[in-house]
Amino acid sequence: MNKAKSRTRTTLLMIFFIIVAVITLLPLALLACASLRPGVELMRNGLNFNIDWANANFDEYRLLFSGENAYFTWYKNSLVITVVQVALALFLSACVGYGFAMYDFKGKNFFFMLVLLVMMVPTEVILLPLYRLIVNMKLMNTMWGIILPYIVVPMLVFFFRQYLSGIPKDFLEAARVDGCSEYGIFVKIMLPLMKPSFAAMGIYQGMQSWNNFLWPMIVTNSIDKITLPVGLQSLITPYGNNYDILIAGSCFAIIPILILFICFQRYFIEGMTAGGVKG
Amino acid sequence: MKKQGIFKRFIYSKKVAPYVFIAPFLITFALFFAYSIVSMIIMSFQKVSGPNTSFVGLENYKILTNAVFIKSLKNSAFYTVVTCALMIPIPMLMAALLNSKYMKGRAAFRSILFIPALTSVVVSGVVFRLMFGELEGSFMNRLIALFGAGPIVWLRKPVTVWITLFFLCLWRWTGVNMMYYLSGLQQIPEDLYESADIDGASTWQRFRYVTIPLLKPTTVYVLTISIFGGMAMFSESFMLFNGNKSPNNVGTTLVGMLYRMGFEQNNIGIASAIGVIFLAIVLLINVVQLFFNGTFRKER
Repeated sequence: MNKAKSRTRTTLLMIFFIIVAVITLLPLALLACASLRPGVELMRNGLNFNIDWANANFDEYRLLFSGENAYFTWYKNSLVITVVQVALALFLSACVGYGFAMYDFKGKNFFFMLVLLVMMVPTEVILLPLYRLIVNMKLMNTMWGIILPYIVVPMLVFFFRQYLSGIPKDFLEAARVDGCSEYGIFVKIMLPLMKPSFAAMGIYQGMQSWNNFLWPMIVTNSIDKITLPVGLQSLITPYGNNYDILIAGSCFAIIPILILFICFQRYFIEGMTAGGVKG
Repeated sequence: MKKQGIFKRFIYSKKVAPYVFIAPFLITFALFFAYSIVSMIIMSFQKVSGPNTSFVGLENYKILTNAVFIKSLKNSAFYTVVTCALMIPIPMLMAALLNSKYMKGRAAFRSILFIPALTSVVVSGVVFRLMFGELEGSFMNRLIALFGAGPIVWLRKPVTVWITLFFLCLWRWTGVNMMYYLSGLQQIPEDLYESADIDGASTWQRFRYVTIPLLKPTTVYVLTISIFGGMAMFSESFMLFNGNKSPNNVGTTLVGMLYRMGFEQNNIGIASAIGVIFLAIVLLINVVQLFFNGTFRKER
């Protein structure tokens, strides 16, 4: 192919993707612009780029940080839940995945079918009975009510099993000969070997926990127990009197994740598309 | 002392260890999943009011033949079908274009397209709710004003509600699906394209006869997550309408009905029946899919 033709192709492709990129970033840019204006103006004029730069300011953020609202309580709740859930889900799912990958035992195939079953059924199906169970367990309005049902994540089990099946079982035998116990092998040999996959899976689970909305909304209702997404949702009113906090708060909810994404892009993409890398 | 020794040896034996490892799954499965499913099926045949329950046979299911529930089923099905029709070809084509050897700055565009997936349904819902607002100054109304169209109350009529929902879905998930296709493209051996070139295949022919067939495993996966994601859609509609309410139920989905019955109207029996129907649909889709693809067999 001649040079001119290939240059035209490059130009066309670039134009196409620049347009796509602009459309992609547009909603977030609108949000960022809105956060520099008073919420009342947003309510009156709608969300648009028609911004009066002379009067743009950081008052909304000042209000957000003033401490006269529950925003940072929600932020803290979300942060704590995310950290605890990621740590527990990674460890326990790694255990289960390891059990499935490294041992032969009675009922193994049946039990693994159960993992696939849970993976296939959307969590919304059992929303109501699960809620009633949490009420009966007296876990309403607690962190554990949000975390406990999703403490072993089938998706992670599946991934870890897949990941570990690449590790030769001779490792295990050698360690056993050396007198290492079954659990010692897991903690001392396997967990370090699994480390590379923890970053991606941690981000996968972290994004799930941080952005989770429906289940936390159902399990929590008191203003100091709700998570960030639930809290932000509660600010939407027909009168728009909370729009300052809502808009600045939405921005501030994305910024840390955006920074993390820029720093650890590879793990984000690996983690969030992990489901696709099946054999 | 001796007893403890036996117990320890039992727990530490190679026979028992795997069960200890998978115990966390078995416990949570039994307690949360299996128990929920069973109690849901039982409750679907009951009238539950406070501590009093009584069996009412198929009464709850009969009530579900009402028009609103049928509408919510249709809404969910429609959303699922259209999102599948959008979220497979568009990301696939974009991945192929991005992967083209004429493309420059691949990594940067890839990252930018991925950004929407980082936002929660709440933040993206807030933005889209305002973008598609009814005010004259709302972004979309300004945009259509450029083409001479008048301001629209987007979130009232079915057509514009669907447009908003599909835009939201496209915006959030195109990047992720594209990423699946990009990793699928990496697995197509280069020499296939070379031999296609030798046979004098055009760019389109290469895409049609090499790329699309070889991306089938990726397509199956994307289709699966799109179907289940589509049928379970609720939060998007909840955010756009600021609650589980939409004019004339234009945005009421299957899960929306479940939520309305179970959590808003405290109609536990009917909500359970909806859950059972949902479960049946999910299992049916799975059976159909396994039948067509045999993905199950491959995984073993």
